[in-house]
Amino acid sequence: MNALPVTVGGPPPPAPASRARTADALAAFKDSRSVGMALLPLGLAFGVFVTHSGLAWWWASVFTTVIYAGSFEFMLVGMVSALAPLGAVAVTAFLVNVRHVFYALSFPLDRVQGRRAKAYSTFALTDEAYALTVSEQARSWSSSRILWLQAYMHLYWVGGGTAGALLGSLIPDSVTGLDFALTALFAVLALEAIRDRRGDLPTPVLALLGALAARLLFPGQMLLVAFTLFTAGLLARRLATRKKSAHA
Amino acid sequence: MPETPYVLAAVAVSAGVTWALRALPFAALTPLRASRTVHYLSTRMPAGIMVIILVYCLRDLPLTNPVRLCAPLLALAATVGLHLWRRNALLSILGGTTVHVALASTLHLH
Repeated sequence: MNALPVTVGGPPPPAPASRARTADALAAFKDSRSVGMALLPLGLAFGVFVTHSGLAWWWASVFTTVIYAGSFEFMLVGMVSALAPLGAVAVTAFLVNVRHVFYALSFPLDRVQGRRAKAYSTFALTDEAYALTVSEQARSWSSSRILWLQAYMHLYWVGGGTAGALLGSLIPDSVTGLDFALTALFAVLALEAIRDRRGDLPTPVLALLGALAARLLFPGQMLLVAFTLFTAGLLARRLATRKKSAHA
Repeated sequence: MPETPYVLAAVAVSAGVTWALRALPFAALTPLRASRTVHYLSTRMPAGIMVIILVYCLRDLPLTNPVRLCAPLLALAATVGLHLWRRNALLSILGGTTVHVALASTLHLH
């Protein structure tokens, strides 16, 4: 096993009819642990932030369960404490989360079966869910394995947020920097995704250039601009390589 | 302290907008799935999107303050180094975050 020796309580003994589902649930749990390493501490930080902003602890559970969009939830707590108008809330939610429209291009929703399952799968289509389900090793995952994976990640976020809100006062103020877990998670996900592409160096380089340009030119809309520049760069590259092969 | 109905309304609005952004593009893009250009994009996007989100996580690096800059940079180096060495995601994330919490908690006291 290529993982830390984390001991966990095993799942309940499998009933014969649902053995495949149990196997999916267990495999999904293993896949979800790396994301859990980031979502749990980040959820804790979110819960602490909720109570420190003057909201009751259970709002941390409500936010994490119903909205389930990490970075935006931090912003929403700030807006709600400042009594921001609902229109401003809607516009901010749109701008922060509009990047998700790009995920429909490769997320394997066609493999998720059933209307309600598809509904949950799109609801829980976070950056992390996207990253794990579009990786090379995920090509063979079944509907239930994808859903279990999304449910575990949702649970880490809700559990971390609730625990943080309840225990917030116990964490000393001098301990800071837990939020780096999210950066570390995306560093790992980026390394893995680049590894999946093997020799394809231009793709990450295009993305890096797009991100840096967006950061310098449009810091307020960095993600949206970066995704758009990156997509435009990929399309330009496809046109260029097509022309080259046509001439050859 | 904000009133409960107002916060509930804010949560409902946020959840609605977020879900719409995640679900509706599938309806628009399903007819395009057979397109070779969409296939070209969809196989290359994951690697690029992860790089972009990583840069986004690091967007507020305190470039002018070397003391505060060293915590995130050393933690990132630890994360990447651990991952290239052992390729164990749990270990890389735990190691990098530990380095960051240790440095940030001690350096920010001054």
